Amino acid sequence: MGTAKPERRVYLDYVATTPVLPEVLEAMLPYFREVYGNPQSLHSWGDEAREVIEKARAQVAGLVGGSPEEIVFTSSGSEANNLAVKGLAQGQIAKGKHIIVSAVEHFSVLNAVRTLEKAGFELTVVPVDKYGLVDPDEVARNIRKDTILVSVMHANGEVGTIQPIAEISKRVKEAGALLHTDAVASTGNIPVNVNELGVDALSLAANQFYGPKGAAALWVRKRIRLIPLMDGGVQEGGRRPGTENVPAIVGLGKAAELAIRDMPSRMEKLSQLRDKLINGLLTAIDHTILTGHLTQRLPHHASFCVEFIEGEAMLLLLNIQGIAVSSGSACTSRALKASHVLIAMGIPHEIAQGSLLFSLGVDNNEADIDYVVEKLPPIVDRLRQMSPLYAKFIKEKRG
Amino acid sequence: MPMYSEKVMDHFMNPRNVGEIKDADGIGEEGNPICGDMMTFYIKVKDNRLEDVKFQTFGCGAAVAVSSMVSEMAKGKTLEEALEITPSLVAQELEGLPKNKYHCSNLGAQALRKAIRDYAQKKGIKIEGLEEKGEEHEEGEES
Repeated sequence: MGTAKPERRVYLDYVATTPVLPEVLEAMLPYFREVYGNPQSLHSWGDEAREVIEKARAQVAGLVGGSPEEIVFTSSGSEANNLAVKGLAQGQIAKGKHIIVSAVEHFSVLNAVRTLEKAGFELTVVPVDKYGLVDPDEVARNIRKDTILVSVMHANGEVGTIQPIAEISKRVKEAGALLHTDAVASTGNIPVNVNELGVDALSLAANQFYGPKGAAALWVRKRIRLIPLMDGGVQEGGRRPGTENVPAIVGLGKAAELAIRDMPSRMEKLSQLRDKLINGLLTAIDHTILTGHLTQRLPHHASFCVEFIEGEAMLLLLNIQGIAVSSGSACTSRALKASHVLIAMGIPHEIAQGSLLFSLGVDNNEADIDYVVEKLPPIVDRLRQMSPLYAKFIKEKRG
Repeated sequence: MPMYSEKVMDHFMNPRNVGEIKDADGIGEEGNPICGDMMTFYIKVKDNRLEDVKFQTFGCGAAVAVSSMVSEMAKGKTLEEALEITPSLVAQELEGLPKNKYHCSNLGAQALRKAIRDYAQKKGIKIEGLEEKGEEHEEGEES
């Protein structure tokens, strides 16, 4: 049983959350006990706190190529997505009620637009191809006169596919609608520039790039009307009331600064490790497919479907070997539904059940990858030996 | 807190009676891969007793543990006794299953019942308790 200590501990679930870098933690610490004022206060305690969140605002704006006053701090990527989708839709209601999203959006976008649909908005969900890519022309074909908002994610956390946002933007702009992108999985990991992408709003979260949980932001282009989710005070220009989470915002800012500095070296290192992992696993385990796009994918992301077996069982056995990963199988989701992303990509349910998702980070090294490539194949063998689907497959193969 | 009880993890890590019986007297299949779990039970019957029980399972940790537990509970029992094994008894023996896993993973008893029915049909015999209780899903209980 799981009592024996694993030889090694390998965390490969960085899209679930990253650890906080020591420099980020260092930057945050003074803002619990030393500089603890409320940024809205008019005394010197407040001034100090206000000064640091404005510094963080500039750091985050720098990461995405926007202006500091366009950054709205939120508590999570989910909140940023909700604020974007609901706030922009309600802000544009005089122009129309039609919204377009892709089928592979995060639930914080999908469920937000479903809530809007119940409130009288109209929704079109555009499909993706087998790589998880949205076709910009398909978006264009679905734009109507009353389309006010299109929301397509920048990169998908489950399959790593990076969407052609700039291409989608051209179609959306021609039609005069707004474009939001959920860039939570991508920001801090690959270059993200709001002007190059041509978006009107963009969500990001610190815990995807070595900042703390509880710190995220929505960038919204100047002069775009955004209705707040909550009523309250004047924080964040009235767009997001509530006392600012100063230490977390400082951490987000520092993580953004480090991401700008280290992005090229991180991307190079992680994409090499990722390719080693992809090649290693595809060579060692037959009847395994790489999910998502081969090249248009996040540099730290490798996702697979291993046929004839189920993801949670693999995850449990990997965990016993000290390896942490995710799966999009029905059994691993609390709702017991197969990943909507894999299903939207046309992957059959029984294959989607074998979903396994690795995401790498700065603390990983080659030995970690070697360890996974050594430990996973016997786990797959063991589960296939008890799988009726594999037994059937072998029988049919023999004829 | 771990999701599964120690008993579930033990049966998942060291499943009893995995495999196929080539000349099985009865075979029962339950579940389907779309819901995530699928189990096949093979039985060998001698003098109205389950002389051997084996299974194959596609599914999560709970599904494997359930299959293993059912095979262990059933082995050596008379056919009538084996039909008394219910999903809730299996869950009890496993020291509980997570509530959300109860319905989809706890199919072992039904798969075993189907194997016994397959045997009865092949032999043209009637077994007490085979038809009365259907494959009803019982209400889940929290572990």
